[in-house]
Amino acid sequence: MSHERDRTLMVKALARVEGEGGMVVRVRDGAVQDVELSIYEPPRFFEAFLRGRRFTEPPDITARICGICPVAYQMSSCLAIEGIRPVTVDGTIADLRRLLYCGEWIESHTLHIYLLHAPDFLGYAGAVEMAKDHRELVEQGLRLKKAGNDILALLGGRSVHPINVRVGGFYSAPTRQDLGKLRETLLRARDDALMTVKWCAQLEFPDFSQDYTFVALQHPDIYPIMEGRIGVNDGSSFDVQSFDDHVVEEHVAHSNALHARLADGRSYMAGPLARYALNGLRLSEIARDAASEAGLGEVCNNPFQSIVVRAVETLYAVDESIRIIDHYEIPEVSFVEVEPCAGVGFGATEAPRGLLYHRYQTDVEGIIEDARIVPPTSQNQVRIEEDLRSFVEPRLDLPNDELTWLCEQAIRNYDPCISCATHFLELSVVRE
Amino acid sequence: MTAIKPTLAVWKFASCDGCQLTVLNLEDELLPLAGEIDIAHFLEATRATVSGPYDLSLVEGSITTPGDAERIREVRAASKTLITIGACATSGGIQALRNFADVQEFLQIVYARPEYISTLASSTAIADHVPVDFELRGCPIDSSQLVDVVTAFLTHRRPNVRGHSVCVECKRRGTVCVMVAHGTPCLGPVTQAGCGALCPSYSRGCYGCFGPAETVNSPSLSSRFKELGLRERDLVRSFRTFNANSPEFREASEAHESRT
Repeated sequence: MSHERDRTLMVKALARVEGEGGMVVRVRDGAVQDVELSIYEPPRFFEAFLRGRRFTEPPDITARICGICPVAYQMSSCLAIEGIRPVTVDGTIADLRRLLYCGEWIESHTLHIYLLHAPDFLGYAGAVEMAKDHRELVEQGLRLKKAGNDILALLGGRSVHPINVRVGGFYSAPTRQDLGKLRETLLRARDDALMTVKWCAQLEFPDFSQDYTFVALQHPDIYPIMEGRIGVNDGSSFDVQSFDDHVVEEHVAHSNALHARLADGRSYMAGPLARYALNGLRLSEIARDAASEAGLGEVCNNPFQSIVVRAVETLYAVDESIRIIDHYEIPEVSFVEVEPCAGVGFGATEAPRGLLYHRYQTDVEGIIEDARIVPPTSQNQVRIEEDLRSFVEPRLDLPNDELTWLCEQAIRNYDPCISCATHFLELSVVRE
Repeated sequence: MTAIKPTLAVWKFASCDGCQLTVLNLEDELLPLAGEIDIAHFLEATRATVSGPYDLSLVEGSITTPGDAERIREVRAASKTLITIGACATSGGIQALRNFADVQEFLQIVYARPEYISTLASSTAIADHVPVDFELRGCPIDSSQLVDVVTAFLTHRRPNVRGHSVCVECKRRGTVCVMVAHGTPCLGPVTQAGCGALCPSYSRGCYGCFGPAETVNSPSLSSRFKELGLRERDLVRSFRTFNANSPEFREASEAHESRT
């Protein structure tokens, strides 16, 4: 079968991704003709129904774009709205936001590492099947994931769609005592995270690397989550405010998600590999040491190794959470007052899957006139298709089943979030 | 001799994946649960799928496309018991805001090429399309209620989910009423319990994630909101969020809209 010169690899409904999508790879005369990552998740029109809502509502409403990374939506929307007047939120409230966001990185990355991606490397259909042979491993993952969810539940009220976030800060701030209990959980989680990096590092990775254009927030002092300018690995950078000048979105027939490129036409990768390439030196010592022991250089160009980088970022997020807790003093007020005003505001933060951009325009009473949201998966979509094309071509001698599974894995390297991108995904390999 | 385990299928329609994630967030219960039940179809968790019929289907998401309106009939036909989970599946979700607007205009706002998109003019609950055996509310659903409902199914008892309001949960946990004590508008009196009265316990008013409680007096609550300074259009927005298309909240928001 594998020597047919014309064939189609097809996955109608991708498993172990968030949301609904598929893949088609069409091969003719032994060459890849066409690659489509199709996103058939139904559109939900967030940008449309945000019009007419009050400036205080986007954190609650946009959280509902994604159940896996609601905090990312809450934080990008808060920054954008606070940027209208502008109002600066710093000090302890900013630290609490970073802590909440670390909780989401831990929860989302661990979900992807153990439940969505690891089964590919070990040859299981899913984590429950994998747990039959590797129970302790899966339990370690679930324990680590739960530590992330514990942060979200304490600071946010609950892990999916936290209720404690408001424009300007939080409805209420935790006590030192509350955080003290969390600290005990996080110490155990740091050991689990360290073991996770070691475990990921010994996996076998396909020999595949690409010359990526990486785009992520970049900051001179810290590993950015909500801070800094948008950096590109060619040495350039731009302000969040000029995102619309640097990134263009186009609408193609096979996808309910828009495809993003840099203004000069280059596709790019957002997410853990991009953050690591642009900011790796600003990781904490324990995370940097773990990365180097895991064999990661300063830049990782093999997307299959993204699982290792995710594990390093998880370790960092746990370590950073402990640091924030150790320095915590309960703030006098839990939020900064934000008054409505006419204008435009911009916000970009690092969702677990990559850069998430929001822009809002409000009138004098704070009613939203226009909203724009660019999620990480729509930025990565073009790059995913390019990876598939480069990956499949030298491997056309593989049988269909094996090649199709490898293609699925190549897509899962990006931890695509289809629910986010549709405002995203079907995989089929067609050999005609 | 091992007994044959019941089969579980999890289905997704238009949604954020958050209610399915609540299944994967049962970190302490997930592996024991997998010992009691065979996961036959759960795309977010596994690429292995077993064809139906299924003993229990959990359905997340609302119906927003012609294709999904057809697919839910197939899911129903393949399921012995069908339980809907979350505000999208039980009321149409946040995407039901289109029901109050012109969907063609929405398409043009979001997409450069609206002709590429196939969508219905409305977002509706699963029960508007097929018979549903039990509806579990919430945006998102509460994990302990989910465990209760699945356990109830396994042990053939009724779920221990009640239709009373969030107010009862506040009283039970001893949370001071945010509306009485602080003048904070709170939808608790008209919203079904289930979250554990989270928002008031964080000094915030309830914003209605679990949809209308079983007997509600929205006009009375609206009068109180007006005394607290809310205007008609604020009241429209208050009732028009994640359960906007539930009959009671819909009626309330339309009544206020007619007065703006």
